[in-house]
Amino acid sequence: MAAHAHTVKRYRGLMDWLTTVDHKKIGILYLIAGGLFFLIGGLEAILIRIQLIKPMNNFVSADTFNELITMHGTTMIFLAAMPLLFALMNAVIPLQIGARDVAFPFLNALGFWTFFFGGLLLNISWFTGHVPDAGWTSYVPLASPTYSEGAGVDYYVLGLQIAGIGTLLGGINFMATIINMRAPGMSFMRMPMFTWTIFITSALIVFAFPVLTVGLVALMFDRLFFANFFETAAGGSGVLWEHIFWVFGHPEVYILILPAFGIISEVVSTFSRKRLFGYSSMVFATVLIAFLGFMVWAHHMFTTGLGPVANALFSIATMLIAVPTGIKIFNWLFTLWGGSIRFTAASLFGIGFIPTFVMGGVTGVMLASAPADYQYHDTYFVVAHFHYVIVGGLMFGIFAGMFYWWPKMFGRLLNETLGKITFFTFFIGFHLTFFVQHFLGLLGMPRRVWTYLDGQGLNGMNLISTIGAILMGIATIVMLINIAVTSLKRPNAANDPWEDGRTLEWSIPSPPPEYNFKQIPLVRGYDAWWKEKMEGKKAMTPAEPPGPIHMPSPSILPFFMSVGLFISGFGFIYDKLFLAIGGLAVTLICMLLRSVFDDHGFHIEEHEQEKGVTA
Amino acid sequence: MKRLLPLMAGMALVLSACGREDLSALNPQGPVARQQLELMKISIGIMSLVVLVVFTICIYVLIRYRRRKGDNSIPKQVEGNHKLEIIWTVIPIILLIILGVPTISTVFGLSKDYSNDPNALKVKVTAHQYWWEFEYPDLGITTAQELVVPTGKKIQFELTTADVKHSFWIPSIGGKMDNNDGLTNKMYLEFDKEGVYRGKCAELCGPSHSLMDFKAKAVDQASFDRWVAAIKAPVEMPKDEAVKAAFQNKCLTCHAIGETSTGSSAPNLTGIGSRLTVGGILYNDEAPVVDNLIKWITDPQKVKPGNMMPKAQDLELTDAELKGIAEYLANNKLEY
Repeated sequence: MAAHAHTVKRYRGLMDWLTTVDHKKIGILYLIAGGLFFLIGGLEAILIRIQLIKPMNNFVSADTFNELITMHGTTMIFLAAMPLLFALMNAVIPLQIGARDVAFPFLNALGFWTFFFGGLLLNISWFTGHVPDAGWTSYVPLASPTYSEGAGVDYYVLGLQIAGIGTLLGGINFMATIINMRAPGMSFMRMPMFTWTIFITSALIVFAFPVLTVGLVALMFDRLFFANFFETAAGGSGVLWEHIFWVFGHPEVYILILPAFGIISEVVSTFSRKRLFGYSSMVFATVLIAFLGFMVWAHHMFTTGLGPVANALFSIATMLIAVPTGIKIFNWLFTLWGGSIRFTAASLFGIGFIPTFVMGGVTGVMLASAPADYQYHDTYFVVAHFHYVIVGGLMFGIFAGMFYWWPKMFGRLLNETLGKITFFTFFIGFHLTFFVQHFLGLLGMPRRVWTYLDGQGLNGMNLISTIGAILMGIATIVMLINIAVTSLKRPNAANDPWEDGRTLEWSIPSPPPEYNFKQIPLVRGYDAWWKEKMEGKKAMTPAEPPGPIHMPSPSILPFFMSVGLFISGFGFIYDKLFLAIGGLAVTLICMLLRSVFDDHGFHIEEHEQEKGVTA
Repeated sequence: MKRLLPLMAGMALVLSACGREDLSALNPQGPVARQQLELMKISIGIMSLVVLVVFTICIYVLIRYRRRKGDNSIPKQVEGNHKLEIIWTVIPIILLIILGVPTISTVFGLSKDYSNDPNALKVKVTAHQYWWEFEYPDLGITTAQELVVPTGKKIQFELTTADVKHSFWIPSIGGKMDNNDGLTNKMYLEFDKEGVYRGKCAELCGPSHSLMDFKAKAVDQASFDRWVAAIKAPVEMPKDEAVKAAFQNKCLTCHAIGETSTGSSAPNLTGIGSRLTVGGILYNDEAPVVDNLIKWITDPQKVKPGNMMPKAQDLELTDAELKGIAEYLANNKLEY
């Protein structure tokens, strides 16, 4: 221990945020960056809906429209939804398992910065005029160099590649954290449901993202170095890309929705003041969904022509997912059953999630029936379906999580009135936008259409859909006002501001000190904090004596490593070899520095802990 | 949710039998689309049941178990209930079997290949950015944008593409199938009623993806035979020498008409005057064919952004030549 430094250079202001390896601060960084990309993606959505407000509209050109849909999808999935989940993961998981940080704090910072610079690279395309326009799926040959000349799709390939590194690092990190860093007594079957879902999600990331990486490398070689992975004429295969994309893409759907399941489990249980119903079957259902999630990718390709045997098998496999998902839905309903339900913005989003997600789920089963899917596929029916699961499911979950954990992250409770206005506006706007789209699809409107002819019976519902989208925009603005108003207030949150907190994060101050737990708690059962409260205790029983706390040192290296990749990405896109190599060199030098200079971190002594070092 | 429920039920009712007869998957005009609608009905039925159960329980618990003011009691902490959990595992499995069995039988039923059936008509569909080429290999004819088929026969399609991926879809006749690069997909459809049905491209294929419409025209067998004979008849060139020269030198380098040129990089023009649309989207009942043709030839990019055809100006067509060509094409009609 003597070898460890006891003091460390502490940064202030901007440098503090650029160098931080504290999971709580990284969580906030993810929230800000993910929130920003969410606003960009939302703006793109509004522009799409304005273009479709009436037939043969000319609000944006056909080219711009394809850029908008591509960037909307890519941004929302990779740069908004995933980072917002990572924000909650970072803010909550170490606290829920009674840990002082994640397993690899340096890697955590690196993960954030690579995501951020990857996202930045992708979005800079708007300013260079070469914007990806082959859809978020970037099917070849449309995305091949022959049919997508210019740098547009290159931004997609390299931006996602760099951002994907961040996600993969995050997955590895949280898997290691949850396996290794649980407080004494917290066995796997005592972990909170959110921790369980993040654990499974991390495993999905570790298995699914490398597939995307490989696919993007192959596409990059096709585009930049004239390889022929997907060039049919030269012996490649375009259908291969579809397989690669969806072998990644379908588990990705579960990477997104499982954490939302976790959030809903926490929120529903807390605000109904009841233990989660059927905890072990919930865990089992989560694992089963994740497992089946890898077996169903070809249901995105029913019309590709894989033949009746493949279509039949993938139909049945897909339908099977409805069983564990149904178990979850009913477990939530029966958690509410007999409870004492309190309506807050968080619980409204949590409860609103249940029927909304069920509607997305049932259309999912409808889509699973391959012959019927020949009609649904690539129409607005599919658009409605996946927005029901991703917005109505995932985004409702993220909103619920944000309202629920905001006091833990920032020490302030968000305004409840504004929160409820956000919920009702968003909820009504959402159903208005997407419910009618089911019918648009069935009446013959394909998806990704820049415009539609008059007189096809599609006008009225498209108008309704656009009005709904504007309502969702208003709800988002109210949310931003709420955040602004709240951040101007004094910190007011108690340790357990909802009073019915059940898990470990509610046993420590809001926001927690830098080291989270002064003494690592002893976990004596499921819902550890609730158990102690019910026995009249005011604090957790410590599992260790007080003493100096070991902390990781801040570092600027993750930031520069990511800047290096960012520069290198530009070099590849514009064929400037010196930039490409130079950027990689920056990253490699940073890695070398990290390897040759040992940094054992530092300790916070007991007397310093008394001063209350805040995060 | 409560407010939306009657709204949704009402909408479902209104819309269930709705949509254009020539466009809607909910208003099937052929046996394939009818089978698919049957499956949809089974799944919608089962799923409505599920939604109803969930919504009922949800609304009930929200009202029954809302926290009253000043209520600080701690509800009973229930761990679970094996009986209930088994019920909501088994019932979904039963529901899925009810849906799964017809799904599988329809998957195999619809994948039947009539290529070797002498009574079936074979059509090879080649998708292009942003138009459709229809070749009848057994009849030795090729047309574009307007598929003509006899009623009451199995039509066996072979689907492929000349450039990027497209997807061939005639919603009221049957579901879609992709036109893949370098591969051939097979699908059959059947038209049992005469009429014109709207077809669409369902896979993002570039800027004019949304405008890549075509028509499928089902006629009786006798009429179809007349059409085949008419399309095979020799085509006269324009009478006016200047127009003829311009047409031959500037149009037929890519297009084909009658038996002249084998150009397949652009739509075959034989009988274009009797088609229902120009370019798939300019309807000839909304404006005269000549006007639509002039509009199209003058600036094709304005009608379908990103397509391969150059402007009249870039082809150095004079106004007289343009008008002459348009009139010639408008009068190139097939009687059937």
